Amino acid sequence: MPYPESLVAPMRAEMVQMGAAELRTVAEVDAAIGSSAGTTLVFVNSVCGCAAGNARPAMKMALGHGVLPDRTVTVFAGQDLDAVARARSYFGEYQPSSPSIALLREGEVVHFVHRHQIEGRSPQAIAADLTKAFDTHCRDSVRA
Amino acid sequence: MSGHVFHPGHHELHGVTVVLDTAGALWVGRFDSITPKGVLLHDAGCYQDGVSEGTREDYLRKTLKFGVRATQKNALIPEGEVRGIRQLVEAVG
Repeated sequence: MPYPESLVAPMRAEMVQMGAAELRTVAEVDAAIGSSAGTTLVFVNSVCGCAAGNARPAMKMALGHGVLPDRTVTVFAGQDLDAVARARSYFGEYQPSSPSIALLREGEVVHFVHRHQIEGRSPQAIAADLTKAFDTHCRDSVRA
Repeated sequence: MSGHVFHPGHHELHGVTVVLDTAGALWVGRFDSITPKGVLLHDAGCYQDGVSEGTREDYLRKTLKFGVRATQKNALIPEGEVRGIRQLVEAVG
């Protein structure tokens, strides 16, 4: 059952403020992720304070890096159910968890950060993993 | 909002993805609590000795990379059967 919108609104806003496009419908997901050109970073947001409370600031830090994906989008697990299910359909063999972060290049997952790789880690450590992935996969990406 | 901890008053592993070792199986899931009926995991997957493909190590390596292939929304493992609990990220050498 979704949480009250008043509770999740600040968590949505935190992502939007750092530049992520929020996807709330299947059509929005298909339009943003279905386009396989270039690189796309997908953040699966969550109300879980112990994991998402570190993942969101990690995303903010990572998005300050010099090399970035062509686009950054976010869906909210437990809230926008259809949109999240659709986003996960692009993740291939990678299993659902939230929060989680997927980096896609030309429509294929090239880097994935699961919830279990977020739990108990500092935002700095998570961000370092992400920026390393950006350097590896996004440096020569074709911008859409 | 950032850095806020949602689970005060819970077991220290609450919300953490753990591996439970038992005599015949390995469970991986998100730890909830220890109840009178056993250890409660959410979104749990299970490797069964002699039934599942590969080894326990193979299962853990695959789970670490691709995530938990959950087969049970809620799994209760009798506490007396549990030989050990560790975080998934610490379970693979």
